[in-house]
Amino acid sequence: MSIAPIIRTVQVKVAPARAFDLFATRMAQWWPKGGTIGKAPHADVIIEPRPGGRWFERDAEGNETQWGHVLAWEPPSRLLLAWQISTAWRYDPSLVTEVELTFAPADGGTLVTLEHRHLERFGADAAAHAQRLGGGWPTRLAAFAHLADAMA
Amino acid sequence: MTYNTSALDGFAALGDPTRRAIFERVAARPSAVGELALGLPVSRPAVSQHLRVLKQAGLVRESPQGTRRIYRLDPRGIGAMRDWLEAHWTTALDAFKDFADAQADEETAA
Repeated sequence: MSIAPIIRTVQVKVAPARAFDLFATRMAQWWPKGGTIGKAPHADVIIEPRPGGRWFERDAEGNETQWGHVLAWEPPSRLLLAWQISTAWRYDPSLVTEVELTFAPADGGTLVTLEHRHLERFGADAAAHAQRLGGGWPTRLAAFAHLADAMA
Repeated sequence: MTYNTSALDGFAALGDPTRRAIFERVAARPSAVGELALGLPVSRPAVSQHLRVLKQAGLVRESPQGTRRIYRLDPRGIGAMRDWLEAHWTTALDAFKDFADAQADEETAA
Protein backbone atom coordinates (compact mmCIF):
# COMPACT_ATOMS: atom_id res chain seq x y z
CA MET A 1 0.00 0.00 0.00
CA SER A 2 1.35 3.38 -0.97
CA ILE A 3 -0.06 6.75 0.01
CA ALA A 4 0.53 9.85 -2.12
CA PRO A 5 3.04 12.26 -0.59
CA ILE A 6 1.98 15.64 0.69
CA ILE A 7 3.51 18.43 -1.41
CA ARG A 8 3.20 22.07 -0.45
CA THR A 9 4.96 25.15 -1.80
CA VAL A 10 5.30 28.67 -0.51
CA GLN A 11 7.01 31.72 -1.99
CA VAL A 12 9.01 33.89 0.42
CA LYS A 13 10.80 37.21 -0.11
CA VAL A 14 14.22 36.25 1.29
CA ALA A 15 17.02 34.56 -0.68
CA PRO A 16 17.46 30.75 -0.45
CA ALA A 17 20.35 30.81 2.04
CA ARG A 18 18.37 33.07 4.36
CA ALA A 19 15.18 31.04 3.90
CA PHE A 20 17.05 27.83 4.73
CA ASP A 21 18.53 29.45 7.81
CA LEU A 22 15.22 30.85 9.07
CA PHE A 23 13.46 27.57 8.44
CA ALA A 24 16.02 25.32 10.06
CA THR A 25 17.55 27.36 12.85
CA ARG A 26 14.62 29.50 14.02
CA MET A 27 11.79 27.02 13.84
CA ALA A 28 10.49 27.88 17.31
CA GLN A 29 9.76 31.41 16.14
CA TRP A 30 7.39 30.41 13.39
CA TRP A 31 6.17 26.87 14.18
CA PRO A 32 2.44 27.12 15.01
CA LYS A 33 1.76 27.12 18.74
CA GLY A 34 -0.05 23.99 19.80
CA GLY A 35 1.41 22.04 16.89
CA THR A 36 3.83 20.14 19.08
CA ILE A 37 3.70 16.83 20.97
CA GLY A 38 5.49 17.61 24.24
CA LYS A 39 3.57 17.57 27.54
CA ALA A 40 4.12 21.32 27.96
CA PRO A 41 4.08 23.99 25.22
CA HIS A 42 7.33 24.29 23.28
CA ALA A 43 9.83 26.99 24.19
CA ASP A 44 12.22 25.97 21.44
CA VAL A 45 12.34 23.68 18.41
CA ILE A 46 15.83 22.56 17.51
CA ILE A 47 17.29 20.93 14.41
CA GLU A 48 20.92 20.01 15.02
CA PRO A 49 22.74 21.23 11.88
CA ARG A 50 24.30 18.00 10.62
CA PRO A 51 23.27 14.62 9.19
CA GLY A 52 22.22 12.48 12.13
CA GLY A 53 21.43 15.56 14.22
CA ARG A 54 18.30 15.43 16.34
CA TRP A 55 15.06 17.32 15.62
CA PHE A 56 13.29 18.00 18.88
CA GLU A 57 11.23 20.42 20.93
CA ARG A 58 12.17 21.71 24.37
CA ASP A 59 9.74 23.15 26.90
CA ALA A 60 10.37 26.01 29.34
CA GLU A 61 11.65 23.58 31.98
CA GLY A 62 14.18 22.02 29.63
CA ASN A 63 12.28 18.78 28.94
CA GLU A 64 13.02 17.53 25.46
CA THR A 65 10.69 15.61 23.16
CA GLN A 66 12.19 14.21 20.00
CA TRP A 67 10.39 14.50 16.65
CA GLY A 68 12.94 12.90 14.36
CA HIS A 69 16.40 13.53 12.97
CA VAL A 70 18.36 15.10 10.12
CA LEU A 71 18.94 12.89 7.07
CA ALA A 72 20.60 15.55 4.89
CA TRP A 73 21.76 19.09 5.74
CA GLU A 74 22.62 20.85 2.49
CA PRO A 75 22.29 24.63 2.76
CA PRO A 76 21.21 26.67 0.92
CA SER A 77 19.13 24.34 -1.22
CA ARG A 78 17.99 21.22 0.60
CA LEU A 79 17.06 19.85 3.99
CA LEU A 80 15.89 16.29 4.51
CA LEU A 81 14.30 15.42 7.82
CA ALA A 82 13.04 12.16 9.30
CA TRP A 83 9.60 12.74 10.83
CA GLN A 84 9.22 10.03 13.48
CA ILE A 85 5.94 10.95 15.11
CA SER A 86 3.44 8.11 14.96
CA THR A 87 -0.31 8.18 14.49
CA ALA A 88 -0.46 7.96 18.30
CA TRP A 89 1.37 11.35 18.42
CA ARG A 90 4.45 9.87 19.98
CA TYR A 91 8.08 9.81 18.92
CA ASP A 92 8.68 6.35 17.47
CA PRO A 93 12.31 5.56 16.63
CA SER A 94 11.24 2.62 14.45
CA LEU A 95 9.10 4.88 12.22
CA VAL A 96 10.84 6.95 9.55
CA THR A 97 8.81 9.14 7.20
CA GLU A 98 10.67 11.78 5.18
CA VAL A 99 10.11 15.52 5.03
CA GLU A 100 12.18 17.12 2.27
CA LEU A 101 12.53 20.88 1.94
CA THR A 102 14.02 22.48 -1.15
CA PHE A 103 14.83 26.16 -1.46
CA ALA A 104 15.02 27.44 -5.05
CA PRO A 105 15.63 31.02 -6.21
CA ALA A 106 12.43 32.50 -7.67
CA ASP A 107 11.21 36.02 -8.39
CA GLY A 108 13.92 37.67 -6.32
CA GLY A 109 13.06 35.43 -3.35
CA THR A 110 12.74 31.73 -2.75
CA LEU A 111 10.26 29.04 -3.67
CA VAL A 112 10.11 26.65 -0.73
CA THR A 113 8.80 23.18 -1.54
CA LEU A 114 7.92 20.68 1.16
CA GLU A 115 7.35 17.01 0.44
CA HIS A 116 6.27 14.64 3.22
CA ARG A 117 6.55 11.10 1.86
CA HIS A 118 6.49 7.39 2.74
CA LEU A 119 3.26 8.02 4.59
CA GLU A 120 2.27 4.38 4.17
CA ARG A 121 4.87 3.65 6.84
CA PHE A 122 2.44 5.03 9.40
CA GLY A 123 0.56 1.82 8.83
CA ALA A 124 3.58 -0.47 8.77
CA ASP A 125 2.80 -4.03 9.72
CA ALA A 126 1.66 -3.88 13.31
CA ALA A 127 2.85 -7.39 14.14
CA ALA A 128 6.40 -6.67 12.96
CA HIS A 129 6.28 -3.42 14.88
CA ALA A 130 5.26 -5.18 18.07
CA GLN A 131 8.01 -7.74 17.55
CA ARG A 132 10.64 -5.02 17.18
CA LEU A 133 9.41 -3.36 20.34
CA GLY A 134 9.44 -6.70 22.12
CA GLY A 135 12.95 -7.38 20.82
CA GLY A 136 14.07 -4.06 22.20
CA TRP A 137 13.11 -4.76 25.78
CA PRO A 138 15.62 -7.52 26.62
CA THR A 139 18.41 -5.17 25.48
CA ARG A 140 17.05 -2.31 27.55
CA LEU A 141 16.52 -4.55 30.56
CA ALA A 142 20.05 -5.89 30.22
CA ALA A 143 21.35 -2.32 30.11
CA PHE A 144 19.29 -1.50 33.18
CA ALA A 145 20.58 -4.56 35.04
CA HIS A 146 24.11 -3.60 34.15
CA LEU A 147 23.57 -0.08 35.47
CA ALA A 148 21.84 -1.32 38.61
CA ASP A 149 24.72 -3.74 39.27
CA ALA A 150 27.23 -0.94 38.84
CA MET A 151 25.32 1.16 41.39
CA ALA A 152 25.12 -1.68 43.94
CA MET B 1 -17.97 0.21 2.55
CA THR B 2 -18.38 3.96 2.85
CA TYR B 3 -15.61 6.32 3.78
CA ASN B 4 -17.10 9.01 5.92
CA THR B 5 -14.44 9.55 8.54
CA SER B 6 -12.35 12.68 8.82
CA ALA B 7 -9.07 13.69 10.38
CA LEU B 8 -11.04 15.74 12.84
CA ASP B 9 -12.94 12.66 14.00
CA GLY B 10 -9.68 10.80 14.42
CA PHE B 11 -8.07 13.66 16.23
CA ALA B 12 -11.03 14.16 18.54
CA ALA B 13 -11.24 10.43 19.17
CA LEU B 14 -7.59 10.37 20.27
CA GLY B 15 -8.04 13.39 22.52
CA ASP B 16 -9.14 11.13 25.36
CA PRO B 17 -6.12 9.56 27.14
CA THR B 18 -7.80 6.22 27.80
CA ARG B 19 -8.93 6.00 24.22
CA ARG B 20 -5.43 6.85 23.02
CA ALA B 21 -4.03 4.10 25.25
CA ILE B 22 -6.51 1.63 23.73
CA PHE B 23 -5.60 2.81 20.22
CA GLU B 24 -1.91 2.33 20.96
CA ARG B 25 -2.56 -1.21 22.17
CA VAL B 26 -4.51 -2.02 19.03
CA ALA B 27 -1.72 -0.46 16.95
CA ALA B 28 0.86 -2.61 18.71
CA ARG B 29 -1.13 -5.83 18.30
CA PRO B 30 -4.56 -6.79 16.96
CA SER B 31 -6.54 -7.73 20.07
CA ALA B 32 -9.90 -8.71 21.52
CA VAL B 33 -11.75 -6.49 24.00
CA GLY B 34 -10.76 -8.64 26.97
CA GLU B 35 -7.05 -8.40 26.14
CA LEU B 36 -7.33 -4.65 25.74
CA ALA B 37 -9.08 -4.27 29.09
CA LEU B 38 -6.28 -6.11 30.92
CA GLY B 39 -4.06 -3.63 32.72
CA LEU B 40 -6.29 -0.65 31.99
CA PRO B 41 -8.07 1.10 34.87
CA VAL B 42 -11.43 0.92 33.10
CA SER B 43 -14.13 -1.73 32.82
CA ARG B 44 -14.56 -3.98 29.84
CA PRO B 45 -17.85 -2.27 28.83
CA ALA B 46 -15.99 1.07 28.96
CA VAL B 47 -13.30 -0.35 26.66
CA SER B 48 -16.06 -1.50 24.29
CA GLN B 49 -17.52 1.99 24.33
CA HIS B 50 -14.11 3.55 23.52
CA LEU B 51 -13.61 1.03 20.71
CA ARG B 52 -16.97 2.04 19.28
CA VAL B 53 -15.81 5.68 19.12
CA LEU B 54 -12.46 4.68 17.55
CA LYS B 55 -14.34 2.58 15.02
CA GLN B 56 -16.65 5.46 14.13
CA ALA B 57 -13.61 7.68 13.67
CA GLY B 58 -12.19 5.15 11.21
CA LEU B 59 -9.15 4.40 13.35
CA VAL B 60 -9.85 0.75 14.16
CA ARG B 61 -11.90 -1.99 12.59
CA GLU B 62 -13.11 -5.33 13.89
CA SER B 63 -13.27 -8.79 12.41
CA PRO B 64 -14.70 -11.98 13.89
CA GLN B 65 -12.33 -14.75 14.90
CA GLY B 66 -14.26 -17.70 16.30
CA THR B 67 -16.48 -16.33 19.03
CA ARG B 68 -14.30 -13.25 19.56
CA ARG B 69 -14.05 -10.00 17.69
CA ILE B 70 -10.52 -8.86 16.98
CA TYR B 71 -9.75 -5.16 16.71
CA ARG B 72 -6.96 -3.89 14.45
CA LEU B 73 -5.87 -0.58 12.89
CA ASP B 74 -8.05 0.68 10.08
CA PRO B 75 -5.97 1.88 7.10
CA ARG B 76 -8.62 4.57 6.58
CA GLY B 77 -7.44 6.08 9.84
CA ILE B 78 -4.03 6.49 8.24
CA GLY B 79 -5.78 8.40 5.48
CA ALA B 80 -7.16 10.66 8.17
CA MET B 81 -3.62 11.11 9.47
CA ARG B 82 -2.58 12.18 5.97
CA ASP B 83 -5.39 14.72 5.86
CA TRP B 84 -4.31 16.06 9.23
CA LEU B 85 -0.68 16.37 8.10
CA GLU B 86 -1.74 18.11 4.92
CA ALA B 87 -3.63 20.73 6.94
CA HIS B 88 -0.75 20.94 9.41
CA TRP B 89 1.88 21.61 6.72
CA THR B 90 -0.31 24.22 5.05
CA THR B 91 -0.63 26.07 8.37
CA ALA B 92 3.07 25.67 9.16
CA LEU B 93 4.29 26.91 5.77
CA ASP B 94 1.90 29.86 5.88
CA ALA B 95 3.32 30.72 9.30
CA PHE B 96 6.86 30.34 7.93
CA LYS B 97 6.06 32.68 5.02
CA ASP B 98 4.70 35.34 7.41
CA PHE B 99 7.83 35.04 9.53
CA ALA B 100 10.33 35.05 6.63
CA ASP B 101 8.60 37.93 4.83
CA ALA B 102 8.54 39.97 8.04
CA GLN B 103 12.31 39.41 8.30
CA ALA B 104 12.75 40.54 4.67
CA ASP B 105 10.69 43.68 5.30
CA GLU B 106 12.71 44.51 8.40
CA GLU B 107 15.96 44.08 6.50
CA THR B 108 14.69 46.27 3.66
CA ALA B 109 13.59 48.95 6.13
CA ALA B 110 16.87 48.82 8.06
